[in-house]
Amino acid sequence: MTAAAPHAGPETAKSPPGPPGSPPAPPGNQLRRTLTRALPVSPALVLLVLFLAGPIAYCAYIAFTDLQLTGQAESSFVGFENFRKAFQDEAFLNAVWLTLVFTVLSSLVGQNTLGLALAALMQRASKPVRTLVGGIVITAWVLPEVVAGFLLYAFFRREGTLNAILDWLHLPSQNWLFTLPILAVSFANVWRGTAFSMLVYSAALNEIPKEITEAAEVDGASGWRRMWHITLPMIRRSIGTNLMLNTLQTLSVFGLIWVMTRGGPGGKSQTLPLFMYEQAFQNSLIGYGTAVALLLLLVGSAFSLVYMRLLRTEV
Amino acid sequence: MPVRPTAVLPALVATALAAASLTACGGGSGSDPDTVKVSFKQSTDNNIKVLDTFLGDIKKQFEKENPGKKVELIPIKAPDAEYYTKVQQMLRSPKTAPDLVYEDTFLINSDIISGYLKPLDDYLAKWPDWNQFIDTAKAAARGEDGKTYGVPDGTDTRGLWFDKAIFAKAGLPANWQPKTWDDVLEAARTIKEKVPGVTPLNVYTGKPVGEAATMQGFEMLLYGTNDGTSDPLYDESSKKWIAGSQGFKDALAFVETVYKEKLGPDVADALDPNFPTRVRGELLPEGKLGINLDGSWLPQDWLEGSGHEWPEWSEKLGLAAMPTQNGQAPGKVSMSGGWTWAIPDKAANPDLAFQFIETMQTKANAKKWYIANSGIAVRKDVAADPEYVKAQPGIKFFTDLVSSTHYRPAFKAYPQVSTAVQEAMEGVTTGDMSVEEAASGYDEALKAATDDQVVEK
Repeated sequence: MTAAAPHAGPETAKSPPGPPGSPPAPPGNQLRRTLTRALPVSPALVLLVLFLAGPIAYCAYIAFTDLQLTGQAESSFVGFENFRKAFQDEAFLNAVWLTLVFTVLSSLVGQNTLGLALAALMQRASKPVRTLVGGIVITAWVLPEVVAGFLLYAFFRREGTLNAILDWLHLPSQNWLFTLPILAVSFANVWRGTAFSMLVYSAALNEIPKEITEAAEVDGASGWRRMWHITLPMIRRSIGTNLMLNTLQTLSVFGLIWVMTRGGPGGKSQTLPLFMYEQAFQNSLIGYGTAVALLLLLVGSAFSLVYMRLLRTEV
Repeated sequence: MPVRPTAVLPALVATALAAASLTACGGGSGSDPDTVKVSFKQSTDNNIKVLDTFLGDIKKQFEKENPGKKVELIPIKAPDAEYYTKVQQMLRSPKTAPDLVYEDTFLINSDIISGYLKPLDDYLAKWPDWNQFIDTAKAAARGEDGKTYGVPDGTDTRGLWFDKAIFAKAGLPANWQPKTWDDVLEAARTIKEKVPGVTPLNVYTGKPVGEAATMQGFEMLLYGTNDGTSDPLYDESSKKWIAGSQGFKDALAFVETVYKEKLGPDVADALDPNFPTRVRGELLPEGKLGINLDGSWLPQDWLEGSGHEWPEWSEKLGLAAMPTQNGQAPGKVSMSGGWTWAIPDKAANPDLAFQFIETMQTKANAKKWYIANSGIAVRKDVAADPEYVKAQPGIKFFTDLVSSTHYRPAFKAYPQVSTAVQEAMEGVTTGDMSVEEAASGYDEALKAATDDQVVEK
């Protein structure tokens, strides 16, 4: 297909300057060209609208209705009723709090810091050590979520591995999934998700020119000071990207928690995705569940905005 | 050469059409007037194929008796809660609605109100076998409009299972039959004192085990608190849910006593979603549980081919009816649920579907099904049939409980009411709440779940 395009640059608002002496291209051509160029992407675009934007718009609409899966014949538009209900619902506020705890503990503090530490240590490690550690960490990451959930359930349960080790060391054991469920699932998420951060940071650290670190070393900067004043500022963008991806993944963790605790006992590990599922599919309140889903989207956006600011700052 | 803008348009239209056909937008469902589509719940345990086998046989029989007609079985493999969700989604559209659907009485009223199901009264009036069904079972699938929406294929009852060996060690009788709640607690205390290392008494509790806590645990207590004639959860006359009754608090106090005095399982175990499976698969067969308040269906887990056979269970375990609170008439209490066959409102072939129900629920086929499924008969002629009574130990005991059984007030708010009950139970189980606090918490949750359709009694 040969489009009569006199230039191959990006489309601008003005009609492009043709070769000297030729008349400017009429605006009709302009439109035609744009359409022609959109042609190859149109199937993808139509599919996206149908399968992604459509359902999302429908979800946003449902959140403002009292649609139920069962129990009433008709649903009607109720405005902000679902959102009002959510903010008066103690279980919802509890879920928001737990979601923040879970995200901060397992993503910001856990995966992020541990990933960076592992990446930094592996920079200096010998090859076999690197391969071994990397292999172990990545194995945890590639396991299906449900499998990881069952593994960690077996690790934390009362007759589980962790308590066996503690007993062997003559330390007091306890039923972790019952006493500290949110800590247990946070740990599980760290165990499972650290590999991602480690890979991002390994790549970022490899980008730092050796001369800079060597120069600092010659100047007598200690390891910590090099980390703080050179390494961190230089991988700032990777930190932002990693935090954003990590947080969004963590906010939507469902399977891991579902397998380990089902959000219990007594809602002590019921984060927003689990609360949403309970409302929509166990209590059949599709409208309310969807409203909560939108609120979860807002929480995610809030985190993202903060990181976007972080990303924009130039080193 | 330039592309004509008109050429772009058909391409876009073609894409849109392709996408539309991919998503099945527009176009008919392609339902065949000679095929009856039957959707049912397939067990999540791959070893258990009871319903699949039974329906396979009925399909053969039906196709032989009705030449030219076909049966398409649509198994849905899911745990209960997810099966309901899946079915409700199927019933919403004529394209996906089957002709016949297996509905739990737990949710049937909710689905009736949603307009998902067809009333069957016209069919039932012309079906002589319907007179063989017992009245309580007929009521299980009756809507608030008085019409009947489902044909029950059996029911279940609940009672006390106890371990004879543990009872012997504790010096308790082998033909134990408690008369009051206190008798049950006393027996548990005796076991705690004399047989260390076993769990004296199990009462299901808390949200993780779901409806098992409400029905096997709480309602078995609550429905034994009054005169046994009226419903302590829902007031029929005013059509309202009952808040904060004394019976409700007494039932909570019983649960509190069990866990406070450490007569029950460890709280952390009781609040483990997999606990009911452990009770059936480990604790009872291994002789680690003294008394278990549970359902009539337990033996189906111990039958041949279940993966955890335990043929000698009938020698090891005894059965006793759950007594009323103070031994007041009728003296014993049981709850019943069960499943029904219903015809979706959007079914393409309702007449054929009912024909299939008739084939499924002949006396011979119904009997075959009750026996295969450890179910309790809802047909009078089968209940009196010696072959059925002798088919399995325990059948007679649990069938006799049908006379003093109660059905749940399975109205549309019931699933949420049930969740509120589980939360109140969980509060007193963990000791986070007093009985008073848990009961008033229930009242609040009840108002929210039922749009304030609440009455104090």
